[in-house]
Amino acid sequence: MDAIQQALAQRAAEQQRHHGKALFFLVWGALLAMTAIEVYLTYQHMQPGKMLTILLILSFLKAALIIGYFMHLKYEVSRMKWLTMCSVVACLILMTIFFFPDARRIIELGVK
Amino acid sequence: MADSAVHDIPSVYEPSLFGTYSKKIGMWLFLLSDSLTFGALLYAYSYGRISTAGWPTPFHSESIINATIMTAFLLTSSLTMVLAVRASVHGDAKGQRLWLLATMLCGTGFIVLHGREWSNLIAEGLSLPMFPKVPGHEAAIEFVNVSKTVPQFAATFFGLTGMHMLHVTLGVIYLGVVALRRKFIPVLLVLWLVAWLATPAYSPFHYGAHVLLAGAIVCSVILWLKPKVYDSSDVEVAGLYWHFVDLVWMFIFPLVYLMSAKIL
Repeated sequence: MDAIQQALAQRAAEQQRHHGKALFFLVWGALLAMTAIEVYLTYQHMQPGKMLTILLILSFLKAALIIGYFMHLKYEVSRMKWLTMCSVVACLILMTIFFFPDARRIIELGVK
Repeated sequence: MADSAVHDIPSVYEPSLFGTYSKKIGMWLFLLSDSLTFGALLYAYSYGRISTAGWPTPFHSESIINATIMTAFLLTSSLTMVLAVRASVHGDAKGQRLWLLATMLCGTGFIVLHGREWSNLIAEGLSLPMFPKVPGHEAAIEFVNVSKTVPQFAATFFGLTGMHMLHVTLGVIYLGVVALRRKFIPVLLVLWLVAWLATPAYSPFHYGAHVLLAGAIVCSVILWLKPKVYDSSDVEVAGLYWHFVDLVWMFIFPLVYLMSAKIL
């Protein structure tokens, strides 16, 4: 009986997480708007470094919206959030440390 | 949700540490590993780009418009996917199937547009040594030069976007199985035949279409070994995969397309 109650409670919690459609449409609109901004900026004759920075910031914002709202990570327990995000971010930081100093060194040596 | 039935047996099973069912945790772990695959590819691309002087920026506005429409297709598919999950959680079987089919439609639109983009670029001369030459088509000097002087450009472009297109294709197949179960197998076989016969022999998609055949065989085995009615947890787990595919494109689109746009 307890198992049934627990299952029902979990189902109610699931339904609670998926309540309003409006929020999903709002997130979708924000994602489309950010994509439009990215395309607009592409044709604004900006310095490549500056444009890359802005594009990456927008990409991470879009990723956060998708992970948080569409993938529902915002509504998971803290342990789940921390484990998933920290492990990926740690690996990406490691890759950055490995790759980019060498790429910069090659530029400074002057590749033709 | 299925785990809740065993949580009350003391000393045998313990409640999940992460407060959710095991299928979802499994999918998250898979997605974490897959994010490192794409992360490594994007890092390799970025490294190649930084360390190569004179990296080409050959994408005309037609390519950028095409890629923007593809992005809109993927973002819309994520919205329809989340609505499918919502319908399944509320026990709306018809709504769930319709939204899943809408998601598949958007995904297929993305693949078709991407395939058209690839075919145009290959015909214009942006190619890999393994791709056959397109007969009776004059290659554009600009793209031929790119392929000769910076071969990493074509290699990273086709490698990254091809890997992503494969993920989208597998995602469409996955959603098809969840939405239609066994009824999807003949649909998949028809799609394979159409894709195989409708593409010319020199097109990479003539061979790439066999992914659909492989998918049909694997799905048939899975559905034969474990026939079941997919519940809301299955739809949510499928949704996680689909959103991940969308998420990866949010990095490929600016890094590969927008940063290589031809600004006049």
